[in-house]
Amino acid sequence: MIKTLGTEDTLENAGLTDEEQQLFSNARPRAYEPYPIKAVEDFANWARANSLWILAFGTGCGAIELRPLMTARFDANRFGVAGRPTPRQSSVFIIGGYASVKTLKRIIRSYEQMQGPKFVIALGICPINGGMYFDSYNTVNRFDQYIPVDLYITGCMPRPEVLVAGIMELQNKIKAGRCDGANRYVENFDWYKANQKKVIKNWDMPDYNW
Amino acid sequence: MTLSTGHSAALDFAQPEPPDLSSGKYVKLWQGPQHPGITGNMSLELVLDGDTIVSCKTHVGYLHRGFEKLMERRSFIQNFTVVCRIAVPEPTFNEYLYSHAVEEISGIEVPERAIWLRTMNLELMRLASFLMWIGGQSGAFGQYTVPNWTLAYRDYVLDLFEEMTGARIYHMYIVPGGVRAGLPDGFEERAREIMKGAEKLLDQIERVMFNNVVFKARSKGLGIITPDMVDPYGIVGPNARACGLARDIRKDEPYLAYDRLDFETISGNEADAYGRAYLRLQETRQSINLIRQCLDHAPTDGPFQADMPNVLHWKVPAGETYVKAECTRGEYGYYMVTDGSEFVRRVHVRGPSYTHAIAVMERLAVGTNIADIAGLMVSLHTYPPEIER
Amino acid sequence: MNELLERLQRHFDVNNINVLKPGMTTLKIGKDSAEILIRELRDREGYTHLNFITCIDYIEDGIFTLVYMLHNYDSKHTLGVHVDIDREHEEMTSIHTLWAQAWTYQRELREMYGINFPGSPRLDEDFCLEGWDQIPPMRREFDTRVFSEERFGHREGRHSEVPRVHMKMELYPKRGGDEE
Ligand code: SF4
Repeated sequence: MIKTLGTEDTLENAGLTDEEQQLFSNARPRAYEPYPIKAVEDFANWARANSLWILAFGTGCGAIELRPLMTARFDANRFGVAGRPTPRQSSVFIIGGYASVKTLKRIIRSYEQMQGPKFVIALGICPINGGMYFDSYNTVNRFDQYIPVDLYITGCMPRPEVLVAGIMELQNKIKAGRCDGANRYVENFDWYKANQKKVIKNWDMPDYNW
Repeated sequence: MTLSTGHSAALDFAQPEPPDLSSGKYVKLWQGPQHPGITGNMSLELVLDGDTIVSCKTHVGYLHRGFEKLMERRSFIQNFTVVCRIAVPEPTFNEYLYSHAVEEISGIEVPERAIWLRTMNLELMRLASFLMWIGGQSGAFGQYTVPNWTLAYRDYVLDLFEEMTGARIYHMYIVPGGVRAGLPDGFEERAREIMKGAEKLLDQIERVMFNNVVFKARSKGLGIITPDMVDPYGIVGPNARACGLARDIRKDEPYLAYDRLDFETISGNEADAYGRAYLRLQETRQSINLIRQCLDHAPTDGPFQADMPNVLHWKVPAGETYVKAECTRGEYGYYMVTDGSEFVRRVHVRGPSYTHAIAVMERLAVGTNIADIAGLMVSLHTYPPEIER
Repeated sequence: MNELLERLQRHFDVNNINVLKPGMTTLKIGKDSAEILIRELRDREGYTHLNFITCIDYIEDGIFTLVYMLHNYDSKHTLGVHVDIDREHEEMTSIHTLWAQAWTYQRELREMYGINFPGSPRLDEDFCLEGWDQIPPMRREFDTRVFSEERFGHREGRHSEVPRVHMKMELYPKRGGDEE
């Protein structure tokens, strides 16, 4: 069902040309509401926790340890983890370390295109406070100003064992219903957008990439 | 065999006319940065006519961290922890070249034992990197058995690194003045064991991958590099050797212990994706052989670090140098200028992917089928982080 | 080696010849004859491989020094050609017709230092940066720490130490981190 939205609910999409404005949706994202019956929600969460599909987007150095993680030795498939090529099919976004400004734009785009429920894991020190690139002109220092993060896995770079531990921790969090990053994004949408636009100077995509 | 590699007027570097997108005949397609068929974080802007690529533009910069700027404001000892991040899958070449450049300018002599340990470290890195590459190449043509084998086996090599240096990926082992530690007890036996297994694995890979009909059919004739392209395009390493040129810095201008090791430069005679892949398989074997030789010859006692000044206020005399080494993709170089202060004046990192992924890729992609682009990209063996740094 | 240098000196106004190590020499040449010299080296002297082009910023002298590193595979010799250009009028002849990868380097120098290479293809396309609105970042007057703090902000409750200063404070606390 397509809801017609009043002007106060819509996004401006100021970065687009008039022609493009017709092509993209200007609706705001909506928060996820849990099922009214707790047992159903718990079951759904259990199912989500055991089919974590990772978006194949190596955004930084951390991506190199994802390959050993997915192959024979550490074999993350046994946790229900699989790699997916497109954001539409995946539910976990692993931020592999530092995010340069150019990549941040693509991260935002891919993240918004992912369908809920979606979770974000950030690897390494760089997304927390900039790590060893704290003074670099091209990498962001505090990643959760731009995208909400559900779980940090520390290390420079995190070993596959730590990644496995992190995935299990994420599963526990999901089962307990405490992974609300996507909802935080929707609730504080304007704050996140303002932060994003502060660093991305050539904003030429819709405000929310449906 | 003598080949003409000179610059001939026949090669035209002019940028091709951009195809007329408004004609409705072409489709523009972005491959990457979020795409499974791309090496690392970069993207290709492809224009297609049906299935065939009519123009290709490489976009890089998704991993730009401004290393060269950051190094100008860190002291010499701080830099050595930073440099290994420049090429993620192959950090030790950065460590070695940075240390070597600093040592050369400040005239530090590296002890004999450190030279052998460095050589061994670099060769282990080459082995690990090639194992990952072979997996990538066969994965790019849709065979997922080989990547599972090689990546799992690469982990054993990484275990050796862990024993030797304490870390899996970023070792920070080669420091200015020497190396950080000697070998632990029993390392030699374990290393020999793993080398034996690696050799067996490579035999299996040769049977499964290089005799596979699909792999042969898709990679033969893909992305041919002719000898007259080599110099004008600055092609180095296996990509150049595959077309018959015997150029290997390890042999031509030996550094570290390579002049005391027994090996021959391998060169092929077919520079298509298949020829390059086969050449790299042979180089992996060669690298195993070199590691064995290092294990035989490396002295087991003696200092592994030269006397160094207090690194907190270490001033390197004014100077300039360019040092290079043969990494898995070819010539990797560090150009360093110092001005006598505690900070480096300028460092330029020359990665072989710089030309392979941009100028060469943009030319070879034209006329290729869209399905083969991932295979072509991998067969040039490019790592984006060393392009943008 | 010496014959080559003599030949070059006879035909070109090269100076500051500096033998850095066996197998590597640098020399300096004026901006106007640089392209002819490089072409000559490539076509006649066998310096067929372009290692890289880079730039050093000597802000105190008001110049950029461009470095063209050429390699001769037969004599295994590397030659660095230095060219000084004015920091205010940062412009240099393009050599994109000599090597296929040259335009990429020139594009990078354009972005990182703002040096202009008239005629070089795709010169003003973004290379590494996107939507950059400051002075070119590799210029020495650009302070990346200050910029990073302003643009990206810090995480509250944390502060970053400059590791060098921190280390000195730890080692010499009495002298306030003073070295002597
Ligand atoms: S934390 Fe370390 S490994 Fe991770 S992105 Fe930063 S530098 Fe790279």
